[in-house]
Amino acid sequence: MTDKERKEKIIIIIDKQKIEADKSDTILQAAEKGGIHIPTLCYHQKLKPYGACRLCIVEIEKNSRPEIVASCTHPVEDGLIVHTESPSVEQIRKNLVELYLALFPFNPEIKKLAKKYQLSKTRYKKENNYCILCGLCVRHCREVKENNAVGFVGRGINKKVTFIPDSAYFKYCENCMECMDICPTGVFPSNYGMERIPQISD
Amino acid sequence: MPIKINSLNDLKQKANKFEKQLESSTVISICSGTGCKAYSSDDVYSGLQREIKKNKAEGKIILKRTGCHGYCERGPIVVIYPQGTCYLGVTEKDIPEIVGKTIKGEVAESLVYKDEDGKPIFKESDIPFYKFQKRVVLSNNSKIDPKSIDDYIRIGGYQSLARVLEKMEPEDVIKTVKDANLRGRGGGGFPAGTKWEITRKAPGEPKYTIVNSDEGDPGAYMDRSILEGNPHSVLEGLIIGAYAVGSGKGFVFVRHEYPQTVENIRMAIKRAREYGLLGKNILDSGFDFDVEVHEGAGAFVSGEETALLRSIEGKVGEPTPKPPYPATEGLYSKPTLINNVETWANVPFIIKNGAEWFRTLGTKKSSGTKIFSLVGKVNNTGLVEVPMGVTLRDIIFKIGGGIKNGKKFKAVQTGGPSGGVIPGELLDLPIDFDELTKAGTMMGSGGMVVMDESDCMVNVTHYFLKFLADESCGKCVPCREGLRQMIYIYERIMEGKGREEDLKLLSDISMLMKEASLCALGTTAPNIVVTTLKYFREEYEAHIYYNICPAKVCRPLISYVIDKNKCAGCGSCVKACPVDAITGENKKPHSIDDKSCIKCGSCMEACPEKYSAIEKKTGIAVVEEKEKKEIRSGMNIKSQ
Repeated sequence: MTDKERKEKIIIIIDKQKIEADKSDTILQAAEKGGIHIPTLCYHQKLKPYGACRLCIVEIEKNSRPEIVASCTHPVEDGLIVHTESPSVEQIRKNLVELYLALFPFNPEIKKLAKKYQLSKTRYKKENNYCILCGLCVRHCREVKENNAVGFVGRGINKKVTFIPDSAYFKYCENCMECMDICPTGVFPSNYGMERIPQISD
Repeated sequence: MPIKINSLNDLKQKANKFEKQLESSTVISICSGTGCKAYSSDDVYSGLQREIKKNKAEGKIILKRTGCHGYCERGPIVVIYPQGTCYLGVTEKDIPEIVGKTIKGEVAESLVYKDEDGKPIFKESDIPFYKFQKRVVLSNNSKIDPKSIDDYIRIGGYQSLARVLEKMEPEDVIKTVKDANLRGRGGGGFPAGTKWEITRKAPGEPKYTIVNSDEGDPGAYMDRSILEGNPHSVLEGLIIGAYAVGSGKGFVFVRHEYPQTVENIRMAIKRAREYGLLGKNILDSGFDFDVEVHEGAGAFVSGEETALLRSIEGKVGEPTPKPPYPATEGLYSKPTLINNVETWANVPFIIKNGAEWFRTLGTKKSSGTKIFSLVGKVNNTGLVEVPMGVTLRDIIFKIGGGIKNGKKFKAVQTGGPSGGVIPGELLDLPIDFDELTKAGTMMGSGGMVVMDESDCMVNVTHYFLKFLADESCGKCVPCREGLRQMIYIYERIMEGKGREEDLKLLSDISMLMKEASLCALGTTAPNIVVTTLKYFREEYEAHIYYNICPAKVCRPLISYVIDKNKCAGCGSCVKACPVDAITGENKKPHSIDDKSCIKCGSCMEACPEKYSAIEKKTGIAVVEEKEKKEIRSGMNIKSQ
């Protein structure tokens, strides 16, 4: 896409509201422009869309066939019809929120949604690892600070966020502490999910 | 340095020349696929070599190492051409007879395959395992040496490419592939021609073409066998595809765990370059294209196309959201055509025989043949190539020879860990992309795991979920946390601590994962859960409500009991027990202490057959005394 194409205006219909958006926008960005709130945990304006938390799912109508997509990564199309609170979106998101209640129940967005869906407790086994692996800290360090002092290790259910091991991270970490502010669970980098706590220098 | 090949005519002349060289000789081909190698086919090969030398028959007999023949259950496989005489399970002591008889032009009758009535079957193509197959992609595996490009040219290799470059426009090639209705063999079944067209029309330069050979399904090895046994056919398909979409650079993404395959494809690329079939000005047509081999680092999820692209880029092999699709924004954000090994290998055949011919194979919506890797509790394990639309019953019973040890068929799992299971009542299901999807499973890349009555479906499901949980990239929450929670639930069901609400909980997570996961690994992971819940619900209920494992697999739910009337007190079991759980006086019936028993089953094996006093029971070892409600009035599973 050229810059000119990116800026091209298109019309997208979100929850029956006509919204003018740039051609390069995602559905989530377009919704923001129209003042429609879509819940997310892993999205941040400064960072590239990641699509991990899946809270931002919406239903789109494509060739009159409904489809569930993550709004933070799905590009807008002219005339695309989007429902942010259709019955199937609500059902799936409710299931997802219940899963989050076992993972990290203290986030304001999760609390709000739990209340909305009248979920007072979860049927799932509680996980004591509060990190939800949204990757905001990792991506912030990589994309904004360009330091790569914090990263992922492992995969699947054993995936973790960690600093570069041992003293090597001193070389990369500039102690900006921004990774802590960006963490949506607010527990970064205490011993949940983190293998090492950065030392604050004088 | 070999002389470059410049035209279709050159290729035809070469083919004739090589064919003539073979005319007066007999070829002994021995399978050197990974399976046969494990059966020490290398020793048989050197044995044959020595024996031929001893008989001074080097001029008359040509010994050839080929790729996988497919009948892996009975390796090492030796086939004599041009007669097609087949010897299975050849050992070193059979060599003198085979070579001796072959020199005389006779058949070593005592060593050939015998059918059920003991009647000998000489030809490979008459053996039941092969007889009911329709081999297209695998047809040349047993005839050629994968390390020799001349051998591939001899059987008409690269002539489809030459025809394309000399006589066809890229659009014609795409039209042919579209008309043939070739669908992606890697799992999705997306029409290949459409994918090619999108890639051709997508703006952006350069364009890339990729062979996806990241085959990670447990028990599946069809891609390996094609790429290892006939690497040039994949390469030929790839070059044709590259010409069709206008790509100058290709990659073969192959697993590092397949060293033989890596070696063969590298060799093939080198030889093809020498002959001018790769590189600048291919076949003097002005078309430039070259290929690079990329070895995967061992992640199952890298088979997902976006993850594979990231891996080639040097990033972590994690899926990225679609759209954008690789056809428009793939490798380094450029249009990229990515197809599975088997899809590529079909292309030269389609060009050679035409789209019409391809459509005569298979069903209306799924044309052509498909290779399945038939494994599990079936008599003839191996690679099976059949036209689409053949029933599961034909594959398992006609080709596979039925279930091992005369046991009863229970289920077949298709499509690898992401597929679902198909029960006995659906055995007559014709297999194609759409029928399998309707039954709740999928074609996948062609894995087929057969299970018998001694397999517990709860246990099997747990196994596959564990595999997926380890192999998921762990990026998105529904997949990672969903799998984690599912495993917790299965663990407690298998321990007899399952709860009434667990079945509902499983279908809730399945729905969430199917709809909200980022990539196909997450959206298909619940298939196994959904299908076992659908077809084998009573097994779950037996576990949850009655603490019974009907297949007697889940250890906490079974116990070993000594029949007092049968036990002679011989003490064999006492010696076999690793935890001293068996007590009893000499010559008097013994007993097993269920609390210290670890359910290893050693005692049962040790008990002399004349007594057979030890029995495996389920339903009596109640782990936790609690009320188990009966929800289904018609259920009559009792202690067995």
